[in-house]
Amino acid sequence: MKSNFDRILSSEDVMRRRATFLQKIHVDGPLLILLLTLAAGSLFVLYSASGKSWDLLIKQATSFGIGLVSMFVIAQLEPRFMARWVPAAYVIGVLLLVAVDVMGHNAMGATRWINIPGVIRFQPSEFMKIIMPATIAWYLSKRTLPPHLKHVAVSLGLIGLPFILIVRQPDLGTSLLILASGTFVLFMAGLRWRWIISVIAAAVPVAVAMWFFFMHDYQKQRILTFLDPESDPLGTGWNIIQSKAAIGSGGVFGKGWLMGTQSHLDFLPESHTDFIIAVLGEEFGLVGICALLLIYLLLIGRGLVITAQAQTLYGKLLAGSLTMTFFVYVFVNIGMVSGLLPVVGVPLPFISYGGTSLVTLLSAFGVLMSVHTHRKWIAQV
Amino acid sequence: MSQPIRLKDHEKDARLVRSRVVVGAVAVVVLICVLIARLYFLQVIQYDYHSTLSENNRVHVQPIPPSRGLIYDRNGVVIADNRPSFSLSMTRERSGEWTQVLDTIVQVLELTPDDRIIFEKRMKQGRRPFEPVPILFELTEEQIARIAVNQFRLPGVEVVAQLVRHYPQGEHFAHSVGYMGRINEKELKSLDPVNYSGTHHMGKTGIERFYEPELHGQVGYEEVETNARGRVLRVLKRTDPVPGKDIVLSLDIQLQEAAEAALAGRRGAVVALDPSTGEVLAMVSQPSFDPNLFVTGISFKAYSELRDSVDRPLFNRILRGLYPPGSTIKPAVAIAGLDTGVITASTRVFDPGYYMLPNYDHKYRNWNRTGDGWVDLDTAIMRSNDTYFYDLAHKVGIDRLSAYLNKFGIGQKVSLDMFEESPGLMPSRDWKRVTRRQAWFPGETLILGIGQGYMQATPLQLAQATALVANKGKWNRPHLARTVEGQKPVDENPMPDIVLRDPSDWTKVNHGMQQVMHGARGTARKAAIGAQYRIAGKSGTAQVVAIRQGEKYDRSKVQERHRDHALFVGFAPADSPKIVVAVMIENGESGSGVAAPVVRQVMDAWLLDPQGHLKPEYASNAQPPETAAREE
Repeated sequence: MKSNFDRILSSEDVMRRRATFLQKIHVDGPLLILLLTLAAGSLFVLYSASGKSWDLLIKQATSFGIGLVSMFVIAQLEPRFMARWVPAAYVIGVLLLVAVDVMGHNAMGATRWINIPGVIRFQPSEFMKIIMPATIAWYLSKRTLPPHLKHVAVSLGLIGLPFILIVRQPDLGTSLLILASGTFVLFMAGLRWRWIISVIAAAVPVAVAMWFFFMHDYQKQRILTFLDPESDPLGTGWNIIQSKAAIGSGGVFGKGWLMGTQSHLDFLPESHTDFIIAVLGEEFGLVGICALLLIYLLLIGRGLVITAQAQTLYGKLLAGSLTMTFFVYVFVNIGMVSGLLPVVGVPLPFISYGGTSLVTLLSAFGVLMSVHTHRKWIAQV
Repeated sequence: MSQPIRLKDHEKDARLVRSRVVVGAVAVVVLICVLIARLYFLQVIQYDYHSTLSENNRVHVQPIPPSRGLIYDRNGVVIADNRPSFSLSMTRERSGEWTQVLDTIVQVLELTPDDRIIFEKRMKQGRRPFEPVPILFELTEEQIARIAVNQFRLPGVEVVAQLVRHYPQGEHFAHSVGYMGRINEKELKSLDPVNYSGTHHMGKTGIERFYEPELHGQVGYEEVETNARGRVLRVLKRTDPVPGKDIVLSLDIQLQEAAEAALAGRRGAVVALDPSTGEVLAMVSQPSFDPNLFVTGISFKAYSELRDSVDRPLFNRILRGLYPPGSTIKPAVAIAGLDTGVITASTRVFDPGYYMLPNYDHKYRNWNRTGDGWVDLDTAIMRSNDTYFYDLAHKVGIDRLSAYLNKFGIGQKVSLDMFEESPGLMPSRDWKRVTRRQAWFPGETLILGIGQGYMQATPLQLAQATALVANKGKWNRPHLARTVEGQKPVDENPMPDIVLRDPSDWTKVNHGMQQVMHGARGTARKAAIGAQYRIAGKSGTAQVVAIRQGEKYDRSKVQERHRDHALFVGFAPADSPKIVVAVMIENGESGSGVAAPVVRQVMDAWLLDPQGHLKPEYASNAQPPETAAREE
């Protein structure tokens, strides 16, 4: 116990010395600098991808501002205070998802939004992106680690309910992100390797059996098209063929800003949203994408440092899951646009156009900042 | 992990999470390397390939529409094929100011402002970027030449050869095979956008519509490299389309023509089917129209002429025409009476020329005002005696009558593969309560017994009800497609066969129907004179306007279009039926006098060889007319 006490004393010492202005207002300097860099870069790429639309640019900048405010506000909240309200937030989130489900079936179409005209309009599934890992972190932080089978089962139940509701919307991309965010908490909490491996080992024969005994030909076809979009060039494969050509023609150094031909001409219907990396790849080349990946890597690295240094188990689990989920965004988006992964509709964080996802992402970084800056100088035993 | 006292070991938890952070960090780095490797592959290794594609040229994916399945009659005569035709297509993205280019087209081809409106409408139906949209079909040689000369003024405009549907038999099959037309916006929403990405037409009615998925096939595509002007430089990859399936119909073009000839220009409908299979052999609705008019877009004037014609050529009388079945329903009513046990074949009823319900003074008249005296079942069918059937219907009652006639297909869709068939109407107590908010009156049961009142049936349903009598209750849904790509169509919703307590009841009714044709006092005996085979038949009259109590139908007072419709149903040879025919002649008045000869002509055309003898395949188990109708 003595060494522990020493460590705390020493870190208190360090912290006191570094208690700068930024820490007083609960903002993490490295994260803020990286985020602002990304934002600036994003506006450049977006200007080109949107066909030089100032309108779009101003909207995106506004969303960024709103996101920063939301990040700042969330960073002020103590993690313990947040943890207290998480269960209630989870219940509200699920109820909203059910409401969307019911309304969507009545309205025959748009099924992702809660819309009270003139008051508010938002997607409950975005809200769940933060609440989901927070709920699992809250639940597991009260148990012994690594989690028992029973607690794993409860966690999976808590993840499964919103997951199914969002799959039904249907919004495969978001539902996978939410699934990932919950599962990463389990992973961070030390979910036993042998369970992880046995689930994977069991999934393979089940999938094979489904394929050979239970699926109709048209279902198989749909899955094949999903896994290999290029086999369907008149549908989703169209985007992939064009985005690959765009990225590939960028070469090492790219064609230069606003000089991309492939991405500007008609071909990429989603060039400013999910497929924006194709514009970046064409205009800034491999160098540009690597620079972007470097910034992402630094953000993720900082997130993992925050995870490791967090003082409470809740903070650790939540920070770890949010960081890893952020990486899933990056990997799935770039993977799908470059033709490595199926197309599931995940935006490229901070670069793709879209206010809602921007605000959610910045809020998540607000949580990270909160975890990092609300430190207790006395050990909690 | 069972601890006697659960104390949280924070240091251990922290170590655990930290180890997972390390695993996560390693995974992140590895996967980022995978992404970079992928981008290196695309941007460095495949750079030349992609940059050539994007520098001067572009990759396009062009759908290749599948060629539509052909439609044949049962002998292999082509009813619907695809004919190459030149059409004018325009690609909006390449035309620059495309509305101006439209003006130029109109000017070059000397077309009217109306045409320009149509072109503009068609252009707006384009679905994908860089998709050539056909705007004018069936270009003449001269038009092609004019476009070629003025090509420099028409960027993005091309003359393309495409296959369009063609119906070489013209009017003959317009009501059975249907026709194709341009896909409209509403239809577009319900179609698979990928599979129809190269297709601009679809089946609108009939077989063309019902078997649209089978006839259409699966789209193919090619990835092509084009230059900046959109000219295809080379094909990078090609996947062939899967052509649509060919359909062989059960219709017989010769029988179809014979049936049309038998109608001799009168408005009406003829259905002929094979009772043992349900195959429809002929399906005539007259007057008809030329389905070719619709394929490439009918002009507004031509369409309004067809639509507003008093003869209603677009109206499908076989599937959509609803008529009270009249006396043609009597065989089915007789089956209901026999099977419920309220009558036997020898039950006799005295006919004074009318029937009265007990305690009512309304007289329900027999068509023969003088009355037929004592009648049994055989005589009742032969003479089409209304009084007998009033009495029978009264005894059976509405509930049982309704149930039996439902089994015969009245009030429901009977066909297997016909588009927009009307279900007709078989009234019941419940139906009347729900739709009219009224109780059922006994008198309404009586007139149902002679096929009048609320009951309504299509000529197809009449043919099917007759086929059931011919086939002793065995259900085969009438269908037009004999095979689709060699496969017989499958009935996924088969009707239950009609099983009688005493199967010989079928023979009794069959015998009565033979008396109609061959009996000394049979109502349609004139139509059977000289027949080489025994016919079983039944005439009927469908009232167009009601006649008041005590008034007599006087044809001289009734306008031509208000005269009764003549109906006749029959099958032959009576002891082993090969063909069932139902005929409806609008305002023909007399079922036995006008419709029965049409039935006879259609039967002759099917059963007799050119020399006028019974074809050997139908004669094999047929007996001489005198001893027929003695089965089992």
